[in-house]
Amino acid sequence: MSSDETNLQKITYREAVREGIREALQKDERVFLMGEDVGRYGGCFAVTKGLLEAFGPERIRDTPLSESGFVGAGIGAALGGMRPIVEIMTVNFSLLAADQIINNAAVYLYMSGGQFNVPIVIRMATGGGRQLAAQHSRSLEGWYAHIPGIKVISPATIEDARGMLWTALQDPDPVLIFENSSLYNMEGTLAADAGPVDIDKARVRRPGKDITLITYSASLHKSLAAAEILAKQGVEAEVIDLRSLRPLDEKTFLDSVVKTHRAIIVDEGWRSGGISAEISARIMEGVFYDLDAPVERLCSVESPVPYARHLEEAMLPQVDQIVNLIQKMVGAHG
Amino acid sequence: MNTQDAVNLNGATVDRDHALHLLRSMIRIRRLEEKCAELYSATKIRGFLHLYDGEEAVAVGILEALTRDDAVVATYREHGHALIRGVSAGAILAEMYGKQEGCSRGRGGSMHLFDNKTRFYGGNAIVGGGLPIAVGLALADKMQHKQRVTCCFFGEGAVAEGEFHESLNLAALWQLPVLFVCENNLYAMGTALKFEQAVQDITRKAASYDVSSAAVDGMDVLAVETAAKKAAQTVRTQGKPFFLECRTYRFRAHSMYDPELYRPKSEVEEWKKSCPIATFARKMKTEGCIGNVDIETIERDVAREINEAVAFAEACTWEPIEDMTRFVHSERRTP
Repeated sequence: MSSDETNLQKITYREAVREGIREALQKDERVFLMGEDVGRYGGCFAVTKGLLEAFGPERIRDTPLSESGFVGAGIGAALGGMRPIVEIMTVNFSLLAADQIINNAAVYLYMSGGQFNVPIVIRMATGGGRQLAAQHSRSLEGWYAHIPGIKVISPATIEDARGMLWTALQDPDPVLIFENSSLYNMEGTLAADAGPVDIDKARVRRPGKDITLITYSASLHKSLAAAEILAKQGVEAEVIDLRSLRPLDEKTFLDSVVKTHRAIIVDEGWRSGGISAEISARIMEGVFYDLDAPVERLCSVESPVPYARHLEEAMLPQVDQIVNLIQKMVGAHG
Repeated sequence: MNTQDAVNLNGATVDRDHALHLLRSMIRIRRLEEKCAELYSATKIRGFLHLYDGEEAVAVGILEALTRDDAVVATYREHGHALIRGVSAGAILAEMYGKQEGCSRGRGGSMHLFDNKTRFYGGNAIVGGGLPIAVGLALADKMQHKQRVTCCFFGEGAVAEGEFHESLNLAALWQLPVLFVCENNLYAMGTALKFEQAVQDITRKAASYDVSSAAVDGMDVLAVETAAKKAAQTVRTQGKPFFLECRTYRFRAHSMYDPELYRPKSEVEEWKKSCPIATFARKMKTEGCIGNVDIETIERDVAREINEAVAFAEACTWEPIEDMTRFVHSERRTP
């Protein structure tokens, strides 16, 4: 990304995703997009608006409501030499395609002894916070991160929303991109010539020395907000954006924990068997003797996501909870 | 015994060489499978093993209609498809042994035979799982303006899966060149068709998606070949899907673990009278197209092929355990 500040333009996360798709369609004729409502409707989150007019119905393909069918067709098209971007409206509906993702995309290369690559990119919205209730608000990216053979990435920033797609399309293996639906309206600035970014490494989004906050996606912004509040109280939190849940860039967060001696994981997913459990275990395995306090986790309350606003807010990790937990951790073992 | 160069059967002329080729192909499958059963009992090969005895005419007849450029997506009962598509018996057996010279490098086994040289895309052990993939391969061909056919084999059990319906809908909606081949052997594992399908005429389901369809006697290799060539021609020239139901029967259990309690032995014996190999050989002999010497020659050649394949598999090597995670991901980033 250019550091020339005069080159910066205002853009939303939604537009950044769209520009990433547009660039991919322009750069590689093998790339096409398919999914429910991506064409004539413009995308259920308006991400793909205008693309049908620009690229036509061959490359912007509206699909029937048949997730298993069109995700499987995407896998076949990838096997056949294309570079499909398949959009599933939300992670909740990806469960209807879980067989194709897990039993086919993730294992084709391995089962064939290295003969058949599946260079597919599957994008989907994830996360709660919009009062959409239990069947539209899940955060199941941690589940998918359990599966060897696929890569699971989640852009939290405008730059990543714009830049991760092309890198994912260059990957010969299946890549799942999780876009938190609460981020689509987020505004920021981005260089007009911003290009692809890596999808392998975590990033230190805020340096600090007192505690490490490990997070990703929408929870990154809550964690950064909490870090600002804590800074005023003299606690410097280092905030790490994982960016990729599989593979996990554990070096970045282990190095940070060695420096700060404390760690908290903030995740919209559930605690039991979630990605936070994996990260916590890796800290124990890797740098246990550097810890001054037990690793803490702030996850969603273990219930289906409720509709009522006050209940949903109480269910999801919030800034004040992060602040309170860190104050407790730092104070108790300071 | 004198033999004729060609005979006329049901209005179609069958060339002697071609008749011998079809017979040899079916016998190759049968003898390979018999060897698999033997090696399974000898614990040389393990896992699930689903044999194809009785259904040989389907794989042989259908694959006659494809060119080298076409693609094949098969099921977990796919040894015969792989063999006739051009994967060597040695590479197939080595795969079942779990050796690294196997066609999937010992990572797939009986249910996951793959071969990129012959565009053989498996070997899929999820019932119905290969159907959307076939649709996608055809979509890729259409988008790249390649006039190729993707042939997808599946059993009648897959017809109850949502993926069957999603795939036929997509293929018809987008006019994709898929040859859907239903191998209807009347049993979805151990459940008879009448206990799992409200509508037992499967071609009607294809018709409901506006996909052209036909049903053929899957025990008659010439009938299957004729129907398949017509179907593949429709797919190739018109660029749209075709559904072909092959009515067949498997003489063995669903898998080597199956005690086969769901059907009477008398039923199996009755169907064995329609054995595609025996009936075809008998017909050809009656017509004077082939003689006993021809069959003896085929059997001798095939026995040699299978013996060499076993020797090959025995001599193959084990993948080093250090390489276990090789191919979880690709070794290079750029595709």
